[in-house]
Amino acid sequence: MSERVLVKGNEALAEAAIRAGCRHFFGYPITPQTEVAAYMARKMPKIGGTYLQAESEVAAINMVLGAAAAGMRVMTSSSSPGISLKTEGISYIAGSDLPCLIVNVQRGGPGLGGIQPSQADYWQATRAPGHGDLHVLVFAPNNVQEMVNLVFRAYDKAEEYRMPAMILADGLLGQMMEPVAFPDEGEVKMHDKPWAVTGHHGKRPHNIINSLFLKPDELEKTVVDRFARYAAVEQKEAMAEEYLMDDAEYAIVAFGATSRISKAAIQQLRAQGIKVGLIRPITLWPFPKKEIDKACGKIKGFLTVEMNMGQMVDDVRLVVNGRKPVEFFGHTGGVVPTPAEIIAAVKAMGGAK
Amino acid sequence: MAIVYQKTKGLTDAPLHYCPGCTHGIIHKLVAETLVELGVEDRAVGIAPVGCSVFAYNYFTCDMVEAAHGRAPAVATGLKRSLPDNVIFTYQGDGDLAAIGTAETVHSATRGENITIIFVNNAIYGMTGGQMAPTTLPGQVTQTTPYGRDVKTAGYPIRVCEMLSTLDGVAYAERVAVDSVPNIRKAKAAIKKAFETQIAKKGFSIVEVLSSCPTNWGLEPVEALQWLRDNMMPYYPLGVYKDKTGEGDK
Repeated sequence: MSERVLVKGNEALAEAAIRAGCRHFFGYPITPQTEVAAYMARKMPKIGGTYLQAESEVAAINMVLGAAAAGMRVMTSSSSPGISLKTEGISYIAGSDLPCLIVNVQRGGPGLGGIQPSQADYWQATRAPGHGDLHVLVFAPNNVQEMVNLVFRAYDKAEEYRMPAMILADGLLGQMMEPVAFPDEGEVKMHDKPWAVTGHHGKRPHNIINSLFLKPDELEKTVVDRFARYAAVEQKEAMAEEYLMDDAEYAIVAFGATSRISKAAIQQLRAQGIKVGLIRPITLWPFPKKEIDKACGKIKGFLTVEMNMGQMVDDVRLVVNGRKPVEFFGHTGGVVPTPAEIIAAVKAMGGAK
Repeated sequence: MAIVYQKTKGLTDAPLHYCPGCTHGIIHKLVAETLVELGVEDRAVGIAPVGCSVFAYNYFTCDMVEAAHGRAPAVATGLKRSLPDNVIFTYQGDGDLAAIGTAETVHSATRGENITIIFVNNAIYGMTGGQMAPTTLPGQVTQTTPYGRDVKTAGYPIRVCEMLSTLDGVAYAERVAVDSVPNIRKAKAAIKKAFETQIAKKGFSIVEVLSSCPTNWGLEPVEALQWLRDNMMPYYPLGVYKDKTGEGDK
């Protein structure tokens, strides 16, 4: 581990990726992820890596596919409208069983939306990151140190399960400065990639990276096999933080920046004698169902707090399945919920004093 | 007994799926022969397009990637930046390269990506059943230009080699045809030169190959080759459009 240094979220993401072994970055300028690309543009030429500003997000994600096919640790970063453009490539990468890291520093939408912090791409990241039956690993850090740690984990898990990983951040985390310690490069676990297209060099049959299967039974088999891997991911890789849940009567469920605001609200609520805890999903896919399910047996209700019109609330309701009330509070468009609003929303839940 | 001819070791034994009279098979052979003759087949990575040659990954013996429609030059860019000493090529048709993939084509060319593009121009979308391509000739009848391509509404064809030759990043651009034995020999020489350009790290190389589509042109194979000579060659003149390979390393 390095000594603790004060770093901006976006730059921490970039430095973490480099330390995790990433030497290829392909991107296209978009606010508010600019610092990630700028950092890569400064650093990569000095360490023998590639920084390439592509002609579009579409091209950038396909360059990622190429580098991933070659077995490299590769990364692209963008923000919401740019991620929409990348969805074509994400689907091909998933369909080709390639690992890579995609960063989405979310901004408001739909359309050109705005450039202020948002969590409105939850559905896109967890439900439809591209066409077809597929998932990507989705990590949602809520502080700069965790952004660093999750970059390492994202590469590791992406390679272990041969699938794309996404860091779903937002403009608040991207712009925030906090002290962090970076793991050293020597601590990185690299995976063998016998499937990579590096030239067969006369030593093996040719490798083919492909997502096309015209025979329905063949295509079904590839998808079913991939979903068996997804099932293992759901079983083993879900992550959540529980905060003051032991005696909680109500649970706030929040990820990323809104989880920090929710903690402030919870402290004030507890000072007023209202026992509220927090379940913070750290992975959004796989969604931490066990933590929600465990809480369901002992609390009176859930409140999700999100910077969107209520997206993750769907996943909480799927787990709760009608057993307890599940409410939503949030703002969208770049408006950030305040602790006072969250406190009011908790108190408005049935039975809360 | 002396062997006077045999199938190149650069192609697998998979039966080609192409229509009778299609020239993709000839072009595949030329590319595969060239990779073997240059001794680079074992470190080559090819990128197949979307279109008639989508299954090229089953035919070449080198490592292969199947790209999304039009994105092969971007995939090639990612591969070449990762594996600068490997030989990276794309094999693309006219819809893939000059319509949906125009941006990827132009920008990989202007960056001078050290890759080789084999561009098969048959003036039509073959795989989807014969629609207008960006290279469909004025007046040419296709499924989506049933009254002939009207340039007032459908615009003009793109001359890819001419367009790319204006870009400083392009080291070598040549248009050839596979309509006759002499032209097939010239096509082979052009493909070889394109790969040599890449091996010498001189930058972007492209060979545009005028090709026939008897099925979707509605012609017998021999008639189709004559149609190519009579109609495509005047609009798409054969020749070298750019050759910076004599200028030393970029």
